[in-house]
Amino acid sequence: MDIIETVFVRNNLVVAFAVVGVTIWISYFLADKLTNGRIHGSAIAIALGLLAAYIGGVATGGNTGVADFALLGGIGLMGGGMMRDFAIVATAFGVQLRELKKAGLAGVISIFAGVIVSFIVGAAIAILFGYTDPAAITTIGAGAVTYIVGPVTGEAIGASDAVITLSVAAGLVKSILVMIGTPLVAKHIGLDNPQSAMVFGGLMGTTSGVAAGLAATDPKLVPYGAMTATFYTGVGCLLGPSILFFIVSAFY
Amino acid sequence: MIVYGVALLSACLILGMVIGEALGVALNVEANVGGVGIAMLFLVFASNSEKFKTLTEGSAGSGIKFWSAMYIPIVVAMAARQNVAAAVDGGLLALLAGIAAVVVSFALVPILSKIGNSPATDDQKEQGAA
Repeated sequence: MDIIETVFVRNNLVVAFAVVGVTIWISYFLADKLTNGRIHGSAIAIALGLLAAYIGGVATGGNTGVADFALLGGIGLMGGGMMRDFAIVATAFGVQLRELKKAGLAGVISIFAGVIVSFIVGAAIAILFGYTDPAAITTIGAGAVTYIVGPVTGEAIGASDAVITLSVAAGLVKSILVMIGTPLVAKHIGLDNPQSAMVFGGLMGTTSGVAAGLAATDPKLVPYGAMTATFYTGVGCLLGPSILFFIVSAFY
Repeated sequence: MIVYGVALLSACLILGMVIGEALGVALNVEANVGGVGIAMLFLVFASNSEKFKTLTEGSAGSGIKFWSAMYIPIVVAMAARQNVAAAVDGGLLALLAGIAAVVVSFALVPILSKIGNSPATDDQKEQGAA
């Protein structure tokens, strides 16, 4: 047992490649046999990943899902920000400039609309739950923007730790829901071309959610959605502790 | 050489990240502002340009295509390392805030997708003329 553990831990990234490969093989098999291809194989793989992450989090008490199991530590590296960004940029290879220009304006508007709308919705729910402290309302609203904007805003305006944790949880719920929900609603919201993908990325903004949601819908749309989504968190961090906080403070 | 493509991809990412980080500092924001998006633009420019042909065609190009194809496996690994337990533990407030933000944003996709599309597309111009 010790020998296996040593080998697995020492070669953790290679183990991750193998484990993810097997997971995807199983997922495509299930998608084909059980759903007749109606649900995309990668959607099932992502759902399995999230399920494993939940089990990992509950079993180990850590905060990086399945990567907290020592034997699967490589999943943390393979699915970490560096590899994710590297692969996302690679998807831009072959993208036509023309498509980007066509949706440029709508993309920029969608980033601001997305941040503001998510913030208002999150803040409104915080108010419904009885929060009256402007810092708490702003932080929870910012959490509904993304799980990075929440804590960045909360720390900047001096929200309590409990509220910051809540804001991270709200952002995580959003990100996970975008991963799972996008392939289900894609047809109904017209998400089938580069232009709507750019708008989608700008509105949703959670890079992980958009990355996984579009991968499970149509991999060709990934670069367009990812391009706008990566500006979203920055815009959120810009507006959250400043304008949005001032507006909330004016009311409370 | 495959590594030429991989190196071009890496250079785009690093350059984009540096600019994104600098934008963050300039705007006084504790975040990287669009670094990945800027990196993607660099790669789009490079792959659409004659000057970078040796770095994007043939086997050099397959070095970029490999990482593009590894995208879904990486996203699956990313899903497996999310803090799902914390999201579940967040309680009703976190759950409702997250769900409501997603539902409203989904609903806005078809509305905002029309921006720039309506006056610019040719068939609608023709309809307007007729």
